[in-house]
Amino acid sequence: MKERAIGWALFACAGLSTLVTAGIVCILLRETLGFFSEVSIVEYLTGTEWTPQFGEKHFGVLPLAAGSLLIATGAAIVAVPIGLLTAIYMSEYARHRTRSVLKPTLELLAGVPTVVYGYFALTFITPLIRQFFPETDIFNAASAAVVVGIMIIPTVSSLSEDALRAVPQALREGAFGLGATKLEVSLRVVVPAALSGIVASFILAISRAVGETMAVSIAAGNLAQLTANPLKSIQTMTAYVVQVSLGDTPQGTIVYQTLFAVAFTLFLITLAMNILSQWVMRRFREVYE
Amino acid sequence: MATVHEIDTGGHAPALEARNLSVFYGEKQAVKDVSLVIPAHQVVALIGPSGCGKSTLLRCFNRMNDLVIGARIEGEVLFHGQNLYDSDVDPVEVRRRIGMVFQKPNPFPKSVYENAAFGPRIQGFKGDLDDLVEESLRAAALWDEVSDRLSESAYTLSGGQQQRLCIARTLAVKPEIVLMDEPASALDPIATQKIEDLIWELKERYTIVIVTHNMQQAARISDYAAFLYMGELIEYGPTDTIFTNPKEERTESYVTGRFG
Repeated sequence: MKERAIGWALFACAGLSTLVTAGIVCILLRETLGFFSEVSIVEYLTGTEWTPQFGEKHFGVLPLAAGSLLIATGAAIVAVPIGLLTAIYMSEYARHRTRSVLKPTLELLAGVPTVVYGYFALTFITPLIRQFFPETDIFNAASAAVVVGIMIIPTVSSLSEDALRAVPQALREGAFGLGATKLEVSLRVVVPAALSGIVASFILAISRAVGETMAVSIAAGNLAQLTANPLKSIQTMTAYVVQVSLGDTPQGTIVYQTLFAVAFTLFLITLAMNILSQWVMRRFREVYE
Repeated sequence: MATVHEIDTGGHAPALEARNLSVFYGEKQAVKDVSLVIPAHQVVALIGPSGCGKSTLLRCFNRMNDLVIGARIEGEVLFHGQNLYDSDVDPVEVRRRIGMVFQKPNPFPKSVYENAAFGPRIQGFKGDLDDLVEESLRAAALWDEVSDRLSESAYTLSGGQQQRLCIARTLAVKPEIVLMDEPASALDPIATQKIEDLIWELKERYTIVIVTHNMQQAARISDYAAFLYMGELIEYGPTDTIFTNPKEERTESYVTGRFG
């Protein structure tokens, strides 16, 4: 009797988070459908101007999507090489004691509040960039991308290291036995064997970069314009949601509904990336036995 | 207390010689003051019960113990008159000239071709790689079975084929000595037979040192046998003598199956 009650209580806890997720998706969907009853999907997906708060309203999501893409790309350029090389160092080169200090320190990077990263971008990275490119906007995509990249390094390094360490020692010995150097063993045997896990870590990290909000709100400029120039101000999808949420937007208006349309788009993108990384991970289990 | 095991190598030049070799893993001494000569173009079996130090001794011969954290080696291993443990010797170069085949088949998760080509590629081999791959696979008696599936993953091969691929991979580097650590222990009897036949053929061109816990296998394939017990080399001599007329009582007890 007691056992059953406990079972039910635990089920209720597990069920709650599922219900909450379903509820969020439902609300997102309802408001998104409301939005698309006024704005055509074609305009939303192909329009190059995003001005819902202006007198002349345009609802093209491309500037926001491009902003998010710019941040994600820049962050990946920072985090992928540094994260992967860190993972190789920790898995193949570092002695036990070095790793036991380095790994927690790196994971601390993930624990720094994102608002701190935002101000770090604004007060340190931007002045640094302006020394080389004086025409850089005060608020610019590049500085935000760099800090978001730093933020996601632990995701890349930690998951990649797990994948590298999962490669059987026998494979390393086989390569050493053929007269391979440590670098050759690492780059030609261990990394290729762990490649799917490494790629999955990239995708997860990039999906975090797309979803990152605070640092880009502070540092990237909140100016929705379609540009590929990282020295300009931009706005990401997440930053737009923050901007409108903080304002006094009346419920039920079209501006209010754009929040949900953008949030739903973001949700679909990160969901797709998560599914992609799961799929890549599953394939990777079959590579070696 | 070092016993020097002078053996009649039947006119074969020494390929490798261990002198007062000891190996420590932390506090524990795994190999105790072993001295022995490996004659060229012969098959030498290292036998003894589990934990007797035979695999550890084998791994000294191409400096694989360097990879074990906390391992410490004393004594010398002479190869062409050079001590492999001298400070100016590059272990990478040692392993190119003294190859190793492991207990469990460990092909790389690459194609059959890329497995055989791995060693030559990292050495910057400039000749015809296709020829070298074919030659190596033929030398490992595998070519006829895989010639039409070179681009398939090595994991599609059977365990015995994988182990012969690992042998081919080692031969492709053109070593002088091939070390084998229980190469057939994970294989079925038919696959084992093929490996044993192969070892017999390989000694024409290579010197082979093989660790085995299988007495019959040691008796079938080796010219010389070294019996180790608790890290010490108890007896070393022609395989016939070790198995039929050993000098030491412990050797006799072991080879007749009274312990081990």
